[in-house]
Amino acid sequence: MILVLVDHDRGVLDATSVQALTAARALDSDVEVLLVGSAGRDAVAELATYGADTIHLAVHDTLTDYAPLASAKAALELVSSRSPRGIFTTGTPRGNEVLAHIAAILDAPMAAEVLSVTFGDSGVHEVVRNRWGGNLTETARVHNDLLLAAFAPHAIRAENATGAGNVTEFTPNLDAADTAVRVIDRTGGAATGVGLAEARVIVSGGRGVGGPEGFDVIEQLADLLSGAVGCSRVVTSNGWRPHSEQVGQTGTKVAPDLYIACGISGATQHIAGCRTSKTIIAINTDKDAPIMGYAHYAVIGDAQTILPELVAATRAAKE
Amino acid sequence: MNIAVCAKRVPLSGGRWELTADNLDIDTSGASVGFTTSPHEECAAEAAVQLVEQLGGSSTVITLGVADSEEQIRSLLAVGVDRGVIIETDGSEWDPQATASALTEQIKAGSPDGAYDLVLLGTEAADTADFQVGIRMAHALGWPVVTNVKGMTIDGGVARCERAVGSSREVYEVTLPAVITVKDGLNIPRYPSVPGRIKARKKPVDTVTAEKPAARLEKVRLDLAVEEARSAEILGTGVDAVPALVEIFKNIGVL
Repeated sequence: MILVLVDHDRGVLDATSVQALTAARALDSDVEVLLVGSAGRDAVAELATYGADTIHLAVHDTLTDYAPLASAKAALELVSSRSPRGIFTTGTPRGNEVLAHIAAILDAPMAAEVLSVTFGDSGVHEVVRNRWGGNLTETARVHNDLLLAAFAPHAIRAENATGAGNVTEFTPNLDAADTAVRVIDRTGGAATGVGLAEARVIVSGGRGVGGPEGFDVIEQLADLLSGAVGCSRVVTSNGWRPHSEQVGQTGTKVAPDLYIACGISGATQHIAGCRTSKTIIAINTDKDAPIMGYAHYAVIGDAQTILPELVAATRAAKE
Repeated sequence: MNIAVCAKRVPLSGGRWELTADNLDIDTSGASVGFTTSPHEECAAEAAVQLVEQLGGSSTVITLGVADSEEQIRSLLAVGVDRGVIIETDGSEWDPQATASALTEQIKAGSPDGAYDLVLLGTEAADTADFQVGIRMAHALGWPVVTNVKGMTIDGGVARCERAVGSSREVYEVTLPAVITVKDGLNIPRYPSVPGRIKARKKPVDTVTAEKPAARLEKVRLDLAVEEARSAEILGTGVDAVPALVEIFKNIGVL
């Protein structure tokens, strides 16, 4: 049996976290899911549409919001009672965090950024995982009976399947220390416009757009294409744009239908954040820039000259 | 406030990675490859320097790595960290459990100013992306841990931490001593000044050793990501290519 930790936020299913369920179902006919917190009940119906048959719901008076250690403790009770051969999560911040707590408590190895898993016999399993944000892959052996694996987000597409959605509630043994670190507040509402992570189109600018004012035309193009604005690390380091717009290994990883990289050379740190975009267009003065090895289409030239014309032509095409 | 920053020396490439012949490591012999501090940890060091400026105390950077890691330690000393410790390795990789255990021993040992109140490190290293060293350290120390932190204030021995979730932020509070793992974007690390660099040369850097245990997450081989061999179709030069771009927008259904 593989135990999958699926996440929700106040009852709203985290669709990314379901990818680990699809990964587990491809490897084992016997898969069980853990949801933590009574608000998880609201996520059950949707979770069943991804093939979840057996869902354990951990309910406790102190589990009022996300608390990483408490989630780990709940999972550990299922390790004792259900004896899974693997625990899978998707490597969201929460998925990685809860699995690492489990690994630390068990003093067991954990593999993050996992792309694929091969269960072995005698307590040695093999995983293939991303390094350098996906620029390299590593084949690794995991030496432990129980395999702890956090799948790289979006490495696997969540697939729908009809699941029974049978819920078993249980009350984990928790003490005050287990919920000492928990979400106590939230700040900032929903942003206006399209968020970077879910945008179908991203128009992104780098050093080559010249300065903060160079982003006016990038915003216009993003608006016309119902997309979002992104940028490279040098742009946020220079203070031209907020860090929330940074695409890259240390910013947001994105996978839009169309990624337009304007004046971005394509350092490995940036590529790691956009490599899985369906179509990449590069606009760059340097035909030998690294971005050309990742882009599907390229225009050689100065983004500052080309973008105003592109905005005008795009606007005209829409009318 | 007595702060430890755990930082890692990682290769830096302006282009593509090349691998060594045995497929076990990145080939760092090429001219285009240098080394840097893992970016999240540059922010951890900046945060430590700011906290010491604000609350007093001292900061120590600890790294597990080759002797040449001194280069990265000196660059963090140049932006204001007070001292460094290298847990020297032969260059072979330590798995996350072994790394956490060696770093934890140094935290338990404390600094010349006494026991640490706070450990800051990146949520994950840029190269290995293990997402677990800070959490393992926290368990070994019996301290609480907050991860993925992009905003942090400390007042009265309590750290208020924010982490980004989509467009909003979650708030956590944790009582020190604690481990806090941070993300790039927590702050904008300052550049080292010339006086800072000169001072850094005189700051103490100790070298210690640790026993390397057998890997339980054992690297077997590395490969370049498969889809790397792409070559862009050049649509044209300058504004003449604009109609071709609009045509692509239509073809892929975004216009």
